[in-house]
Amino acid sequence: MLKDFKQSILISIWFVFLTFPLMAVRVNTTEQMVEWRWMTILWVAIGSFVLSYAWRYFLAKKQLKKKDDEEGGKHSKLQLLMEDMNFRYKAMGVLLVLALVFPLVFDTYQNTIMISALIYVVLGLGLNISVGLAGLLDLGYVAFFAVGAYSYALLNYHFDLGFWTILPVGGILGCLFGVVLGFPILRLRGDYLAIVTLGFGMIIKVVLENWSSFSFGPSGIANIDKPGLFGMDMNIDSSTIYIYYIMIALVVFTILITNRLKNSRIGRAWIALREDEIACVAMGIDMARTKLSAYALGAFWAGMVGVLFAAKTTFINPASFTFMESAIILSIVVLGGMGSILGVILGAFILILLPEYLRAFSEYRMLAFGAAMVLMMIFRPQGIISGIRTKYEYKELKEETDNG
Amino acid sequence: MAEKHKLLEVKGLTMDFGGLRAVDSVSLEVHEGEIAALIGPNGAGKTTFFNCVTGIYNPTKGDILLHPKGLPTRRLNGLKPNKVTEMGLARTFQNIRLFSDMTVLENVMIGRHCRTSAGIFRSIIRDKSVRREEQEIVESSYQLLKKVGLAEFANEFAKNLPYGAQRRLEIARAMATEPFLLLLDEPAAGMNPQETAELDQLICRISEEERIAILLIEHDMKLVMNISNPIYVMEYGKKIAEGSPQEIKDNPKVIEAYLGEETEEDA
Ligand SMILES: Nc1ncnc2c1ncn2[C@@H]1O[C@H](COP(=O)(O)OP(=O)(O)O)[C@@H](O)[C@H]1O
Ligand SMILES: [Mg+2]
Repeated sequence: MLKDFKQSILISIWFVFLTFPLMAVRVNTTEQMVEWRWMTILWVAIGSFVLSYAWRYFLAKKQLKKKDDEEGGKHSKLQLLMEDMNFRYKAMGVLLVLALVFPLVFDTYQNTIMISALIYVVLGLGLNISVGLAGLLDLGYVAFFAVGAYSYALLNYHFDLGFWTILPVGGILGCLFGVVLGFPILRLRGDYLAIVTLGFGMIIKVVLENWSSFSFGPSGIANIDKPGLFGMDMNIDSSTIYIYYIMIALVVFTILITNRLKNSRIGRAWIALREDEIACVAMGIDMARTKLSAYALGAFWAGMVGVLFAAKTTFINPASFTFMESAIILSIVVLGGMGSILGVILGAFILILLPEYLRAFSEYRMLAFGAAMVLMMIFRPQGIISGIRTKYEYKELKEETDNG
Repeated sequence: MAEKHKLLEVKGLTMDFGGLRAVDSVSLEVHEGEIAALIGPNGAGKTTFFNCVTGIYNPTKGDILLHPKGLPTRRLNGLKPNKVTEMGLARTFQNIRLFSDMTVLENVMIGRHCRTSAGIFRSIIRDKSVRREEQEIVESSYQLLKKVGLAEFANEFAKNLPYGAQRRLEIARAMATEPFLLLLDEPAAGMNPQETAELDQLICRISEEERIAILLIEHDMKLVMNISNPIYVMEYGKKIAEGSPQEIKDNPKVIEAYLGEETEEDA
């Protein structure tokens, strides 16, 4: 403790020294004299001291916790709470009710923000399959999102096909692109995989920008139909609410399916693949099939929600599908907790809603984003919530608890 | 001895890594009910031999033939590891390769993968047959854990197990694939004498009760002497001897190989 204190004092002195010319000395050119701003330098000293001390304190705390973990394997309170099934069902019920009344309480602006957050929830859950569960880093995930969005925009433009028809088609097209991308990269791992997927993301964008006869180039496609409801005419407000509810349904659907997959024979194979590829194949798991299924199923959700994105904005162009989007989706998965469905949902809300509501800081958005990521990696590398283990029931266990 | 069914037959297996010949025309056979051992100093090419047999490497030359009982003979050269495992040949690794962020039970459940069938759609729908299959996976995996004495750790993370237990978990995971031949790569490495004795018992039990033939790599000659027969000895990629423990013990080439190594270590 005392050592930390001393270190922090040294650091604050060093900072004062470093920033002295900038913060303390100012040449007032109108009056031809030098101002000494002692107060500012005091603030620098205090600020750097507090920051440095807090940093050390939390790092020490983390070290302690690590020791605890190694001894007893304890989890955080949040984690334990989430593993309690009873609590989980109640919490889910409450959340669902809240989600359903949300558009009735708030205005269209809020609803729109919420819809984009929900879109990112689905994207995060999709990417979670390939990155979080199967451990296949994908930096071009937005490509599948673009596939979905453009398939709706184009099919709607040329053939006047409706939202509900294209919704599954978008998903399936996303899937197909997942397989097409998956084949050449079956043998790649780690960094190489990241680079190839990054390239794939770029290729899709470049193609969309330049193949004007197909995709209308950078100017994009406008006047895409909103989702219809029995041919009713809807104004902006009610249409937004309608899309909101579709989105809620889609999110629930995604959660149900990804949860089932995660706790199935297939999901276990994905996790095993992430943990150790060689052991995984040596245990009789077909690597090619497992990898392809992870890519395809991950891409499926992006394709599907891409359709909804096009329907929501009624206008899309290649600028919506930049690398930045892929990076945000990946951050959602990493921040939330790789492999954890609940974590990814939380991650999406934090990363999408916070910047919306903290408009005042919008200039510092990327700065805060980066800082948050760095801090996260240092203090909680497993994400907000790490994968929650399924509890398996076996006969003997039941008998033991019955007897005891 | 002669009537015993031949399970694995390796003929003239050779594996080159660039200019290095790690395995040089090694032939070896494992019969039903046997605990065969492959021993030799470090770097002799034992692990490479295993990797060729289990499909992780594609051998440069030679034949690997599998004769499952009641089924036609299969040549394993060039098959993918998962196919080899499906044929009934499972293995463990010298440098433990568990799925460390999965629970002990789940590790064994992975072994059941190739003996179960639920695909993507059935997993999503999760009808009765899938639920029954899942329950079967859990029960049989748990039974295997009991057999290797790890039942109490079922819900621990594999990475939190002590070293000896991790090795036993690898054996349980391999057994979950229902092999008729089990390849163990230095299962006793890093174990203390007590753990090693327990492991010897476990291996004998697997061989007798489960009727699984075993081919075992061991670096230390003394350990295998009391449980395995026949023993094959490798040095510098070549097979230098084979026979019963007594024959191996008296073989001058083997003595030289091991003594040679000891003097190297002393130096
Ligand atoms: N993938 C590889 N690439 C190149 N050389 C290898 C590879 N695997 C093993 N070797 C070499 O083959 C030889 C035999 O190694 P190994 O089979 O691990 O020996 P053992 O298991 O008997 O100790 C060693 O010289 C080792 O360096
Ligand atoms: Mg070895």
